[in-house]
Amino acid sequence: MKVALFIPCYVDQLHPAVGLATARVLERMGCEVVFPEDQTCCGQPMANAGFAEDAAPLARRFLKVFHGHEAVVCPSGSCTSMVRNHYRGLVGDDPRYPALRAATYELCEFLVDVLRVGRVRGRYPRRVGLHQSCHGLRELRLGSGTERPVAAFDKVALLLRSLDGLELVSLSRPDECCGFGGTFAVAEEAVSCLMGRDRIADHLRAGAEEVTGTDVSCLMHLEGLARRAGTRLVFRHVAEILAEAMG
Amino acid sequence: MGSRAEILSALRAARAPAEPLPADPPVAALRYPDPVSRLGEAIRAVGGTLLRTAVAADLAREVAGLIDRLQARRVVCEVPGAGEGNVRLAEIADPHALDGVDLAVLPGAFAVAENGAVWLPTGGLTHRGVFVIAEHLALVVPAEAIVNDMHEAYRRVRFDGPGFGVFLAGPSKTADIEQALVIGAHGPRSCTVLLHG
Amino acid sequence: MSRGRGSAGGTTGHAERAAAFVADEDRAHWHDGALWVVRRKRDLMAAELPEWEALRERAARIKAHTRARLAEYLEQFEGEATARGARVHWARDAEEHNRIVHGILAERGISLLVKSKSMLTEECHLNAWLEARGVEVVDTDLGERIVQLAGEPPSHIVLPAIHKRREEIGELFHRTLGTEAGASDPGYLTGVARRHLREKFLAARAGLTGVNFAVAETGGLVVCTNEGNADMGTSLPAVHLASMGVEKVVPRLEDLSVFVRLLARSATGQPITTYTSHFHGPRPGGELHVVIVDNGRSRLLAEPAFRDALACIRCGACMNTCPVFRRTGGHSYGFAIPGPIGAVLAPGRDPRAHLSLPFASSLCGSCDDVCPVKIPLHEELLERRRQLLAGPGGRGAKRLAMRLARFVLGSRALYEAAGRGVRLLLRHAPRRLLYSRWNRWGRQRELPAAPEKSFRQAWRDRERGRG
Repeated sequence: MKVALFIPCYVDQLHPAVGLATARVLERMGCEVVFPEDQTCCGQPMANAGFAEDAAPLARRFLKVFHGHEAVVCPSGSCTSMVRNHYRGLVGDDPRYPALRAATYELCEFLVDVLRVGRVRGRYPRRVGLHQSCHGLRELRLGSGTERPVAAFDKVALLLRSLDGLELVSLSRPDECCGFGGTFAVAEEAVSCLMGRDRIADHLRAGAEEVTGTDVSCLMHLEGLARRAGTRLVFRHVAEILAEAMG
Repeated sequence: MGSRAEILSALRAARAPAEPLPADPPVAALRYPDPVSRLGEAIRAVGGTLLRTAVAADLAREVAGLIDRLQARRVVCEVPGAGEGNVRLAEIADPHALDGVDLAVLPGAFAVAENGAVWLPTGGLTHRGVFVIAEHLALVVPAEAIVNDMHEAYRRVRFDGPGFGVFLAGPSKTADIEQALVIGAHGPRSCTVLLHG
Repeated sequence: MSRGRGSAGGTTGHAERAAAFVADEDRAHWHDGALWVVRRKRDLMAAELPEWEALRERAARIKAHTRARLAEYLEQFEGEATARGARVHWARDAEEHNRIVHGILAERGISLLVKSKSMLTEECHLNAWLEARGVEVVDTDLGERIVQLAGEPPSHIVLPAIHKRREEIGELFHRTLGTEAGASDPGYLTGVARRHLREKFLAARAGLTGVNFAVAETGGLVVCTNEGNADMGTSLPAVHLASMGVEKVVPRLEDLSVFVRLLARSATGQPITTYTSHFHGPRPGGELHVVIVDNGRSRLLAEPAFRDALACIRCGACMNTCPVFRRTGGHSYGFAIPGPIGAVLAPGRDPRAHLSLPFASSLCGSCDDVCPVKIPLHEELLERRRQLLAGPGGRGAKRLAMRLARFVLGSRALYEAAGRGVRLLLRHAPRRLLYSRWNRWGRQRELPAAPEKSFRQAWRDRERGRG
C-alpha cells in the first residue's frame, strides 16, 4: 500500500526523529512511503486560536498537496483531527475533500484499523506511561476514554502492550489533559503548567520510566516542564517506541 | 407589544429546525429479579432504612417501635392501621404549627427500585409540608407497589388538576461543607420506608 | 447582605484571575481533588446504567424537539398552569423579572423572602435588586447561604461553596451565626444553620424557587433539591414565586423520566436528589406565581452554532470534569455560570466583558462527553473564539502574528527558511538571550532541543542515498 506522510510542521522542523520513525514503522509493515514536499502546515494553530480565515488557505493548500493519495498517515492525533473534523468549515464544498478526509489517518489507527495490526513484533522492556492526547482520544476516538461507559478499547495501548517486555503503568487519571492546548499554553500559562506538572507527577507515582503519546505537542510541553524541574523521565513518541522495538 | 407577545414572537422567529420527539419508548435495561432486595439497597444508599411488614399488627408495632426509639412526642400519622398519632393535620389551621413534629407517618403510593425513591402525592394531606417539616419521616408503601425505574414510575403519575407530589429518596441531606455528607439539612433527619403487605 | 461585584469581569480576564488562584498551589490541588471526586462519582453512576448513552441521546433529542416548538409548548404550559390556579408572568429581561418579583412582594407588604437555588436569579442579580428595595432575601440552600453570608457569588452552580474550606466556613459562621470559635465540624455547622434557617422559613411570607423542568402537558414545575429547602420554602409561606428561563419546558410528564435519571447522576453522583417536587398550582390557601424569562435566550435560539446550549439542565458535570475549572475555580470566570457552559453562554451576553472565557480552555473535549444532553461544548467554545476575533474584540497583535504565520506557511521556501532560522536560534543563541522576557514559553518550560536538520532534509538525504 502506498502511503503519503503528513508530517506536522513542528515535527518536521524540531522532532525529525518522529517523522523518520513513522516512515520506518510503515515501511516495516509493508507500505511504500512517500513524502509530498510541498506540505507545510495544516493550519491547526490558527484555527484553534479562532483565526479561521488564516487557516483556510492552509487547508486548501493541504488538499492540493495530498489530493489523490490512497492513504495519508500522520504521527499526530490533533493534526489528523484538524483535517478530518475541522476542514469542512474551511474548504466548504471542495470536491477533493470527502475522499481525502476518508483517506487521512493518525498512525496508530492506520496500523490497527487499515493494516489490521494486532501485534507488533518487537522488544521494549520499559515501564511506560501512555499520555492520551485529547484530540486523538475524543475527536478521533483512538480509545474509549473514561467519561463514557462504553465497551473499552484503546488502539494505542493495543500496539504498545503487544511489545515484549513493555509494561504500561496504571495512572490515577488516565486521560486528563496535559494543558498544552495550543496558544492556551502561553495565554493561560499558570494553569497550563500546573496541569502539565500534575500529569508528570501522576506518571512518576505510577512508576513510569518513559512517557509516550501520539502527539509531540503534548510531549514537548510535558518534557519542557520535566526538564526545567530536573525530572528524570524520557519522552518518546509512539512511533519512536515502535520503530526501536521493531529494529 | 407586551412582553409575552414579544417573547413568543422572538422564539418563533428563531426558526430552530424541527426535530421529532423520540417515538419509541426509552431503553430500560434495568429489570431487577428481586425488586425488594434492590429497593432495600437503594434506600440504604440514600441514607434511609427499609422495613418489611406483612400484616397490620406488624405495621402498628414497627411504628410504635420507631416512636419509642426516636422518643417522638408529637406524631402525625396519616396511615390507617399504623397507629393513632397525636397531631391531627385536619385540625390544624396553620402549617407553621407543625414545627416541632417529631415524626410523620405518611402513605407513599409506590417505590422506585433504581434509586430508592418513594412517590408521595399529597392530595390527602391537609398540610403537604409535613413531609419536610417533621424531624423524622416514615413512609408506608404497599409491598406490591415497586417499580423498576423512573420510566415505569412516571406512568403512574397523574396531574389532571392542581396538586403536589414528590419523589422522596431518604432523609434531607447536604454535602455543601467540603463535600462531607451531613444528614438532616433542613428536613427530616431520618427516613424509614415501611414496605407493607 | 448583598453579593460582592468582585468577579464581574472587569479589566482583568480569566487568565489573570486563574493565575491568582493557581498561585496557591496547595489550595488549587485541594479544589481540583474535591471536584475530581464528584466527577468520578458521576462515572460510577453512569457505568451502572447500560442505557446511559441512549439516555443522553434521548435527552438531547427531546430538548432539540422542544426548542423548535418552544413558543407552542410555553403557551401550552401557561394554559395548563393557569387552569390549575397559577399566575404566569412574562419577563423580557433581567430587569423586568426583578420588577415583577418585587412587585408581587411589595403589593403584599412582604419584606422577607426565602429562596432556594436559582441560577436564573443569579443571572438577574435579583438579590441586590430586592435588598436595595428593602426586602431581606435569605438563600436557603446551605452552600448558597454560606456564600451569601460571605458576600460572594457562588463559585459552582451545584456546589456553591466548593471553594471554601471548613475552617473558613467555621470562621464565617462564628462571625455571623454565633457558632463556637474554631469549630469546623460540618455536622455541627450544618446543625446551627438548620436552626437559623428554620427561623427564616417560619417567618417568611414568600418563598422563591428556581425551576429544573416545566411540564407543558400538565402546567407543572419540577424542583430538585437534596436539602428540602424548596419544599420548606413553599409549604410554610403562602406565596410561591418560581423563576424559569424559557428553555426549561419539556413536553410531557413522561419526558421527565429521562432527565430525572440523568440529572443527579451527572451533578453529584447520586441516583436521584432527595426531593424531586412536582408543583401543580399553589398550595391550598396560597398563591403560585411563575415568571417566565427570556433575557437573551431567544437570541441564542436564533444562532445555529449555539442553540444547543439551551439544552443545558444545569447539572455542573462540565465544571467537574474540566481540568481548568478544577484548578482555577468558578470565580475566575466572572460570570453567574462558570466553567465550559458559562464560557459558551457569557460572550453571547457581553462579548467585551467575557472575551477571555472561550480561551480559558485547552479544548480537551471532556465536557462534551459528560454533558447529559450532549451539548458539543468544546466545538461551541471554538466557534465563540472565531466570532469574538471577527468582532471588535479581536486582538491586534495576535492577528498580526497569525497573518504573518499564514504568509510564511503558505510558501514552502519561506516555511523551510523560517524553520532553519528557528533551529539555528535554538541551537546557537546564548541561554540568557533565549530565555529572556520575550520567551513566554521559557518562563516555566525548557525549549525543545533543536536538531541540525529538519525531517524533510533528513528525508531528502535518505532518498538521495537510496536512489
